[in-house]
Amino acid sequence: MIEHLPALQVVIPLLAAPACVLVRHPRAAWGVFALTTLSALVISTQLFVQTIDGGVLRYALGGWPAPFGIEYVVDAANALPLLLVSLLAVAVALYAPRAVEAEIERPRIYLYYACLCLYLAGLLGIGITGDAFNVFVFLEISSLSGYALIAMGRHRRALLAAFRYLVMGTVGGTFVLIGIGLLYALTGSLNMADLAERVPALYGNRALTASLGFIAVGLAIKAAVFPLHAWQPDAYSQASSAASVLLAGAGAKIAIYAFVRYAFGVFGTDFIGDTLPLAEVLLTLGVIGMLVGSAVACFQHDVKRLLAWSSIGQIGYIVAGIGLADVQGLTAAFLHLFNHGLIKGGLFAVAGIVMLRTQGSTLDHYAGLAKRMPGTFAALLLGGLGLVGVPLTAGFVSKWALAQALISAGQWSVLAAMLVSSLLALVYVGRIIEAAWFREPPAGEAAPAAPGMSVAAWLLVLLTLWIAVDSAGLADVAGVAARGLLGGAS
Amino acid sequence: MSLLSYYNYWIAIVLMMVGLYVVMSHANLVKKMIGLNVFQVAVFMLFISLGKVRGGTAPILDPAFTTYSHPLPHVLILTAIVVGVATTALGLALAVRIHEAYGTTEEQDALKRDDAESGAR
Repeated sequence: MIEHLPALQVVIPLLAAPACVLVRHPRAAWGVFALTTLSALVISTQLFVQTIDGGVLRYALGGWPAPFGIEYVVDAANALPLLLVSLLAVAVALYAPRAVEAEIERPRIYLYYACLCLYLAGLLGIGITGDAFNVFVFLEISSLSGYALIAMGRHRRALLAAFRYLVMGTVGGTFVLIGIGLLYALTGSLNMADLAERVPALYGNRALTASLGFIAVGLAIKAAVFPLHAWQPDAYSQASSAASVLLAGAGAKIAIYAFVRYAFGVFGTDFIGDTLPLAEVLLTLGVIGMLVGSAVACFQHDVKRLLAWSSIGQIGYIVAGIGLADVQGLTAAFLHLFNHGLIKGGLFAVAGIVMLRTQGSTLDHYAGLAKRMPGTFAALLLGGLGLVGVPLTAGFVSKWALAQALISAGQWSVLAAMLVSSLLALVYVGRIIEAAWFREPPAGEAAPAAPGMSVAAWLLVLLTLWIAVDSAGLADVAGVAARGLLGGAS
Repeated sequence: MSLLSYYNYWIAIVLMMVGLYVVMSHANLVKKMIGLNVFQVAVFMLFISLGKVRGGTAPILDPAFTTYSHPLPHVLILTAIVVGVATTALGLALAVRIHEAYGTTEEQDALKRDDAESGAR
């Protein structure tokens, strides 16, 4: 049983989706989804423990040995994203019943849970697979269910947001497909470990460069890396509350992980640094992204849009860390990927609670709410401070790691941009705090509280606090992940 | 080896660009889906032509033949075609829903209607 865990990680959510459709009853469908997320968390925790000290698990799907069959590979570099996705999924399962009841029409609820299961299966699949083409398949499974989840938002604008995401996402997915096709044409292999051995002989080949370019651009679209982020603010802000927690927390992060895996695990560090100036491009895009994302976030009136733009800024930090292409930078990127996923998931969870309470998400809807819902807004405060990177928050841990990596690489201008972006984050978080604490609440009845939703938001925020207090453990794992990727194949 | 001997790549790239241009230049949602399909099909054709071996036959083992086309790219594209069909179905379904909600399939008109509504509020 235990040796089949890598397969079960993906197969259980994949089978849960049709199960949701078959049971139909909203509560039963929720039960299926909740059990699925729990099983995913148990499995990913188990995989995490097994790979924490640099071990590598290989699983030949269907008994076909690699490189002929599809291989699932788990090492520290993907155990971390898998754990992030599963944690967020469990939070969403706690969060969903009340949020879904309020936002989705009853006859569609079971389909909503089926889409969540598929989305989860897609994300976990991208995380776990060691096969280049398999990444594309799971990428499209997660994207397609993601479009459907966004389209089920409460306002008709959600349909337009989903359509725009579908067009850009499909172009991105097809770019990835072209890149994989070129790789296959050059090497005759699709297994990542096998590719990593064959690729160095081809350095300098123009088709290999093109392949990296296509994969990088395609995944950058999926991860909403500046300047390919146009679909993202609408998609995150229009999605229903439960879906936006998973989309914003895990969706873009897993695309970034996939990019890191291709860039370092297949093409190799030398190729990224020398043949194509991808490292410099990533650093530049990271800098522009963190400045523009945070600056635009300061001018948003809608809190969910504000959080979405803030994500574009925070993705900039991760991209800059990857752009350093050394152990320290990649460690910081992995740390921030994990921390920001939890923080942003928690903040979108709070935004959903407010949405339920006030039927809106603009700053006016937040006016004076901190006095009425002190518990929820304490979570928002802690999450917001994490976005800024105040000491004693998880955001500080990863930003500090990134700052140290930048200093030792001598990238002073990137460091300056990071500080400016953090100050801007203080501005946009400050605007929410100003509205919630220092404005007069509007008169009117308070809507009933939603305990499950608050528990989910607090779960994520408490996890970030735990990381902040006990940061050494996570930093070690991120370091193992970074060294594993930079050390060569696997 | 003239440039034209790679005609399969030329066709794929021209189709790809045509598709992308249609996606970018048209505001009509259905036309966008058409462009997206042309774009995807171009990539499918690129893959399929990669697997073709000159003089090769279908990869079914038979003592009468020695040269076979490479089946793996074709199988991969079978998967990609399924993805493409799902994307098209979802995209068209969204276009229908947008038409129901806004009364138009032009992106700009739909956005204008939203803005007009929020202005009136």
